[in-house]
Amino acid sequence: MTAPVVEPETVVEQETGVEHDLLGFLEAAVSEAPVEATQTRVAPEPAAETDTKQLVIINWSGELDKIWPTLIMSNAAAAMGYKTSVFITFWGLLPFVKDQKRIVGENWMQKMLALMQRPGISHRKLSKMNFLGMGPWMIGQLSKKYNVAQPPELLEAAQAMGVEFIPCQMTMEMFGLKREDMIDGLGEPAGAAAVLELMTQPNTASLFI
Amino acid sequence: MTLTEPNIAATAKVTTLDARALKCPMPIVKTAQAIKTIASGELLEVLATDPGATADFAAWSRSTGNELVEQTIVDGVYRFVLRRK
Repeated sequence: MTAPVVEPETVVEQETGVEHDLLGFLEAAVSEAPVEATQTRVAPEPAAETDTKQLVIINWSGELDKIWPTLIMSNAAAAMGYKTSVFITFWGLLPFVKDQKRIVGENWMQKMLALMQRPGISHRKLSKMNFLGMGPWMIGQLSKKYNVAQPPELLEAAQAMGVEFIPCQMTMEMFGLKREDMIDGLGEPAGAAAVLELMTQPNTASLFI
Repeated sequence: MTLTEPNIAATAKVTTLDARALKCPMPIVKTAQAIKTIASGELLEVLATDPGATADFAAWSRSTGNELVEQTIVDGVYRFVLRRK
């Protein structure tokens, strides 16, 4: 028996009612805060040949039951020879923060947000049936029992096969995330136009997860 | 789906990949990695137990152009023989 995906200590972080009220308040506060307009730096290269198949995933959610299929689909696509890009934005950035980073950000709101949703691929919650961490723990146990690959392993395999994970420049700034907070091997941060260009290439499947 | 008797063509070098007990998507992920280690025309034999593998290997073969030469099932173990294009 190996260690569960979510450590029991994460239970402490969750008091659902309080969390939602605080989140609502903080989201409102953050949305009012001025966010500097950012420019797309280096647009990811669209596939050179038009007959190359592509998969583009916008990974918006940081939840376990969303990041898992994102990683499974991107691994499968890369294995099938598709050029695969995953645009990671909003809560979807959190799984790509280094596991050992507990609190990230520069101001108290960013730090609070990170504290309430612990970043890192090994600290994901379920979108439903989370039950103070019991849900993810049970899913972790079941997936190990049935030998299903875990998100950290899938992330490593995806990166090894050349899946490009492109962080969203704008939400990185809004959450106060720096490049050094994020795991190694991510693509150059980009914006909406760069992703739309990828999504509108021929032979391209696009998913919003 | 055609199931044929085990009959590895003795014409090319065969490399075996044991993907038994692995679940989707790892059998094709490991296969994609393993096929890069063999030369064009050589064979890769993959053993798998994931029931989803039958559809996945057919799709993987069509998509990558590596021919699925043989496909058998013996005692719940799927065996796929692929030729690198």
